[in-house]
Amino acid sequence: MIELENVSYSYGGGELLSDVSLHLQPGSFHFLTGPSGSGKTTLLKLCYGALLPTSGRLSVFDEDVARLDRDQMALLRRRIGVVHQDCQFLDHMTLAENVALPMMVSGRGAEAEQNNLTELLGWVGLGARLESHPPELSGGERQRAALARAVILSPDVVLADEPTGNVDWEMSQRLLHLLIELNRMGKTVLIATHDLSLIRAAKSQVQARVLRISQRRLQLAGADL
Amino acid sequence: MSKGDIRNLLRRDSRADRVVPPTGFTAQLTLFVSGAMAFLAVFALALSLASGRLADRWASELAGAATLRINAPAEQRAAQTEAALNVLSQTPGVASARALSAEEQAALLAPWFGPDLPLDTLPIPQLIEITEGEPGLDAIGLRLRLGAEVPGAVLDDHSRWREPLVDAANSLRRLGWISILLIGGATAAMITLAANASLAANAQIIEVLRLVGARDRFIAGAFVRRFTFRALFGAAVGTLLGMSGVLLLPEASDAGGFLTGLGFQGAGWLLPMLIPLLGATVAFLATWSAARRKLKELS
Repeated sequence: MIELENVSYSYGGGELLSDVSLHLQPGSFHFLTGPSGSGKTTLLKLCYGALLPTSGRLSVFDEDVARLDRDQMALLRRRIGVVHQDCQFLDHMTLAENVALPMMVSGRGAEAEQNNLTELLGWVGLGARLESHPPELSGGERQRAALARAVILSPDVVLADEPTGNVDWEMSQRLLHLLIELNRMGKTVLIATHDLSLIRAAKSQVQARVLRISQRRLQLAGADL
Repeated sequence: MSKGDIRNLLRRDSRADRVVPPTGFTAQLTLFVSGAMAFLAVFALALSLASGRLADRWASELAGAATLRINAPAEQRAAQTEAALNVLSQTPGVASARALSAEEQAALLAPWFGPDLPLDTLPIPQLIEITEGEPGLDAIGLRLRLGAEVPGAVLDDHSRWREPLVDAANSLRRLGWISILLIGGATAAMITLAANASLAANAQIIEVLRLVGARDRFIAGAFVRRFTFRALFGAAVGTLLGMSGVLLLPEASDAGGFLTGLGFQGAGWLLPMLIPLLGATVAFLATWSAARRKLKELS
């Protein structure tokens, strides 16, 4: 689904990631871990085309990302659901509108999807907060709403950047459970997190692989977690 | 961009329009600018049309006529007038020639000397009014012939004072059109600034839309629609006010001359109706190019 071959990425100052190779297989479940500032978010951004590699080859759904134009990139993002670290909502629109935003921008019918939307918000436990505005929501509610928005177009891949960063343990378990459910439905899942206990909790429920960024390189972590 | 693209961009989509939060202040500024510019454009248009009419009128009225003046001692005047009319009747290009009567000449002079002037005691030259026909009058040939047969005749084909007047009216018309172009350019510049400000203020929203897979067309459309309809509405109000202003100007009259002729006549009233459409077109193009430029800067 997503393939990186010897990908490097450098900001103006220096190299952040070098020689990264990664193949995300359909239906796989990956954790991405590493210290703060090691490049977890950068690697996720590379995966959904928000950043382009400085060198190396990156292909998503068998398409070379470097060769996509802006419209093709937009279409690509509809197939990848992203839960951002800071959620990124439009604060002047209601929760329901925010979650339905990917449908709106892709021009899908509103009425037919209304049931889907209600069902989806019920699934993440936000059925009662449809008309709230994002600033009125708690951290956990925002994360769950972000997850609902990420999957509303039924993407093949779900990328989550520190989805449990701002929530308590119980809520992080709920989010993890939702992500595992998505994986059981066949979605490829990649979660960036520095929360090792979350990874341990997941390992008992799903066959998860753990990738670690260390000294600019990506390694497959052993079973020592 | 094809016609269908433009139609799609402009189709009202209340859901998509909600994506960009309403901004009261820039909205009012855009309305005001397009209204004020449309108001000015109405006057520039009225000026252009009026001076165009004036130039055409002066050119055609004066071009179709010439005057022959007989400067001769009183006892020869009648004979020379007779001879001149005789020459004129044989000249090609003269549709008709008529000696003015004493009363008509007195009426012409009255504005200058007052009605009480004893004209019969003064050596007033005799005037002959010539109306030109097809083919045009050969003024040089006629002058040569008159010089031989009617020594006291002076032909004035009006070109000497007609040309500067027509030139002046034509320059005025040109100035009017240049003003309209400048008004259009200034509108485009101001709407571009407003659109840029709005795009910059909403950069975060644009980023979110890009992240959830919105195409540039969708994002640009939300802004383009907003500015186009604002400009259309503002310009419509400005045009209406401008046209009311023109309507309130005094009627064209001979006494007032040029200034009171300022306004629209007949089908000319339809022309200012195009101003809101042109304003909306200018806003559409300005916002579209500003949005495309801005979006390219973002990832």
